[in-house]
Amino acid sequence: MNPYLAGIGLGLVLLAAFVLVGRGLGASGAFNSVIAWAVNAVAPEHARNNEFIAGYLGDGGASPLKSWLLFEVIGVFAGAMFSGMLAGRAKVMTEKGPRVSVRVRLAMAFAGGVLMAFGAAFARGCTSGQALTGGALLNLGSWAFMMMVFAGAYAVAHFVRWQWR
Amino acid sequence: MAMMAPLFKYGMFGEETSLVLAFLIGIGFGFFLERAGFGSARKLVSQFYLNDLAVFKVMFTAIVTAMLGVTYLGWIGWLDLSLVYLVPTYLFPQIVGGLILGVGFVVGGYCPGTSVAATATGRVDGLLYVLGIFAGMFAFAEVYPLLKGFYLSGSGEAITLPGAFGLPYGVVVFAVVLMAVGGFYGAGLLEKKFAAPGE
Repeated sequence: MNPYLAGIGLGLVLLAAFVLVGRGLGASGAFNSVIAWAVNAVAPEHARNNEFIAGYLGDGGASPLKSWLLFEVIGVFAGAMFSGMLAGRAKVMTEKGPRVSVRVRLAMAFAGGVLMAFGAAFARGCTSGQALTGGALLNLGSWAFMMMVFAGAYAVAHFVRWQWR
Repeated sequence: MAMMAPLFKYGMFGEETSLVLAFLIGIGFGFFLERAGFGSARKLVSQFYLNDLAVFKVMFTAIVTAMLGVTYLGWIGWLDLSLVYLVPTYLFPQIVGGLILGVGFVVGGYCPGTSVAATATGRVDGLLYVLGIFAGMFAFAEVYPLLKGFYLSGSGEAITLPGAFGLPYGVVVFAVVLMAVGGFYGAGLLEKKFAAPGE
């Protein structure tokens, strides 16, 4: 799809979230909720003693899985799958350049995810919750964050080119 | 017309309905991410090798669309923008977080939302990225006591660009639109210059 059309579509979805529920899109928060739920299920005392996890457990009345962002991210999965199947793009494969093995590429993907988690935790959001949502709301921290995401990625892109080209 | 949005904040429906809406809104989000080609790591990272700036184009078109929408709805008195949740600003951790996240983006090929879209369309690297996020989130929580001081450094206020720079809201909106249009023009020039061979 033309990137500007896709952008307008995405912008209208974001606008709908603002108007309907008074919050924007997100992704990384859903991962936090799942981790909080899992740690709480395995070691409840440990979870309550950890301030970061306790923040996602609330007062303990409702399950941390009853989270707006988690429901939204499950929707992202369904919506992307629907679009991918419609376009014939859904197939089991690994995205990589010709010069790298599947095993190394998967290790790099995992490592990137770990880094992303630390970045999103410090930033209180990721590309969706901060850059996109906060960008549209002219949030100061979101704009600073967004500039830094591009800066960080451009700074190291050269050193991981072998993975893609 | 009387102020009535955000509908949820005005009590038009309860939490259960808001969760159903979360799922539906997510479907729209995932659909357009995948339509834009963002279920593919190679497409996403092309942004950082300058041969395909779709990430910038899609992101800024979405930002401008939603920004103009809330500005207009606020202007006609239909949406109370002060009731829309604004993530508090902790400038230093957000700057460092952005840098780390940018590195994670180009190393792993995705961001959290796009890794879910990639996993949904069968990308094994997307799934490994998702697992990496879970591992990283768990690790962050475990070392949180050590990082807490830095994590909480900054004012923690909800503050907007117009508020921080003492400018009227409309002026900043206009500046963002100009910047986006200039960026789209520049993106086209860069794509021509850095076109990947054979494309």
